[in-house]
Amino acid sequence: MSIWGAVAVTALGCYAVKLVGLLVPAGALEKPLVRRLAALLPVALLAALTAQQTFGDGQAPALDARAAGVAAAAVALVLRAPFLLVVAAAVVVTAGVRAMGG
Amino acid sequence: MAEQRTLSELRADGGKPDAVVVRDALGVGVAVGLSGFAFGVTSAGSGLTLVQTCALSLLVFTGASQFALVGALAAGGGALTAAAGAFFLGVRNAFYGLRLSQLLSLTRAVRPFAAQWVIDETAAVALAQPTRRSARIGFVVTGLSLYVLWNLTTLLGALGAEAIGDTDAWGLDAAGPAVFLALLAPMLKSATERAVAGLAALLGLGLLPVLPAGVSVLVAALAAPLVLWAEGRRRGDGTDVREGER
Repeated sequence: MSIWGAVAVTALGCYAVKLVGLLVPAGALEKPLVRRLAALLPVALLAALTAQQTFGDGQAPALDARAAGVAAAAVALVLRAPFLLVVAAAVVVTAGVRAMGG
Repeated sequence: MAEQRTLSELRADGGKPDAVVVRDALGVGVAVGLSGFAFGVTSAGSGLTLVQTCALSLLVFTGASQFALVGALAAGGGALTAAAGAFFLGVRNAFYGLRLSQLLSLTRAVRPFAAQWVIDETAAVALAQPTRRSARIGFVVTGLSLYVLWNLTTLLGALGAEAIGDTDAWGLDAAGPAVFLALLAPMLKSATERAVAGLAALLGLGLLPVLPAGVSVLVAALAAPLVLWAEGRRRGDGTDVREGER
């Protein structure tokens, strides 16, 4: 399969799962357990993605300047900084640590 | 974001003024939309053409999957394997849709069009709103601003990939996790959410070397049912599963 094939399969697949979520009958959410689970799944997915993209380099664990950048973002979040400032803090600190040879 | 509004901005009916919702939504839409620049640069640097890079942002429009796909292709993975990893990452959007369809109460005719905007950021903004009206405004403003900017900055990033050189030197690879963390933080309301997040982060890191990237994230999502199950056991009969504090 070519790169275009990968682009097409990914686009179709990703659109399909988005649509399926919207089309599932609302009744499926009336049970408290299902509601609770649906609310907690994004928490789990976002936490795993944050961890992997901070401490992972491809398939290998890695500790580099990104850890300092994301820590700066965490501090900004605790200080209730606006979203853009949180992301900017991560980028600037990561670049700064790298520039200093970290 | 939402926590910043002062008491005087809160309406008596528990709703939020539209302007505050729009401001919060634009804050997310603009910040994440601008990070499309990082995707454009990364994708072009991975050997995809300008048209392929822009097609991904226009048609896939879910950042984690896009980054996963070009990363896997750059690493020499097969096209089908790369697409599978990206698809597995995108499966989480179905769970956002599950909650959004009820919250936004969309008509059947609108759903195929709204579907493309069902992503981390629109779900996070919409689900954080106290009323249906503000959830709808949050979803549309976040979706529109993010879609337009994400595609525009993808194009600019792909064009500027050669000019900027090493994107990691600019710290742009930290933008992704910072965005995820900023979306996650307001969700950590109780000990249950924090337990799920902690366990998922550990599983995600622990499984990273042994499973394909997209798959390890999905397995880490099992932290949610695991913590719920443990909570039910601790409570004894397991009948009283607490509802969200919305």
